[in-house]
Amino acid sequence: MMMTTEEITKYLNQRFEGKIEFIEAEVGESWITVSPSILRELAKTLRDDEKLRFNNLMCLSGVHYQKENELGVTYHLDSTIHRHKLVMKVRVPEEKPVVPSVESLWKTANWHEREAYDLIGVTFRGHPDLRRILTPQDWEGHPLRKDYEQQETYHNVTTGI
Amino acid sequence: MGLLDKKYHDSNIIIVSLESALNWARKSSLWYEQFGLACCAIEMMATAASDYDFDRFGVIPRSSPRQADVMIVAGTVTMKMASRIERLYEQMSEPRYVISMGSCSNSGGPYWEHGYHVLKGVDKVIPVDVYVPGCPPRPEALLEGFLKLQDRITNESIIEPKVSEESEKKTTGKEPVGAE
Ligand code: SF4
Repeated sequence: MMMTTEEITKYLNQRFEGKIEFIEAEVGESWITVSPSILRELAKTLRDDEKLRFNNLMCLSGVHYQKENELGVTYHLDSTIHRHKLVMKVRVPEEKPVVPSVESLWKTANWHEREAYDLIGVTFRGHPDLRRILTPQDWEGHPLRKDYEQQETYHNVTTGI
Repeated sequence: MGLLDKKYHDSNIIIVSLESALNWARKSSLWYEQFGLACCAIEMMATAASDYDFDRFGVIPRSSPRQADVMIVAGTVTMKMASRIERLYEQMSEPRYVISMGSCSNSGGPYWEHGYHVLKGVDKVIPVDVYVPGCPPRPEALLEGFLKLQDRITNESIIEPKVSEESEKKTTGKEPVGAE
């Protein structure tokens, strides 16, 4: 049966003792925020629980919240069985941006997590192969951080104009 | 040549200077290296297909740099690709030519200001003979680029090797003769 984000939050909070917060969006889709410590367990529940069955991770994106000095990851989940969707957000401090990997639950996450690591700098604990995926392996910095400064040369070639 | 032509009464004998015969052969068989880097490559493929038909100018694709005379840099040159392009260029035997196709490979194109990953012009790593403007250039424009290159080849001399001042400086470490 299809459930709204609010219903899903209520349902999950029976099990996770109120640790999941529902945020009503003024525009667009509402979402839930969770702490990284329960993310693995929660993700497994979301995928396997009979009522939820989120069998499809549509997208995983890294975010830089510059004002708060935080990094974040946003998950877009979809259930092809119950036809409902869920947006889930997790935030970590910039100095220690460690988020548990969901690669073993949804294989989509493999490349998406590498991308978030490459461009934003989120480290995924438990990822089998956390290397840069778009920029060269010896690139400096994470280009989609809002305070990113481009390196001036790369292998003796200027990167500027 | 009139006098010499009349000397041999055989229609199979044509008398030309060695230089123009060589240049004619060179410009009529510009085999290009087959690789595309981004959207511009689609136009390059269209140019090669039957509608525009590269082949009528003797331009045909080769899959190895060792068999190619000309490199078309068709698309966005990322920093990651730049060193590969340099190596491909080095593998081509001389005389070799480069056509830079499209704004991206001319100067960085749409990524000119904020593209942290894009090389701002392929001429930062290899010498370019002809620049074709456009984003992407139409097949006619690329064909014109080839005609321009043919013009250049027609005026080449076999006595002077094709060394640009810059590459001479690189190989000999000296200022080229005649440079002030
Ligand atoms: S010049 Fe334009 S069409 Fe060509 S590769 Fe760049 S963006 Fe694409």
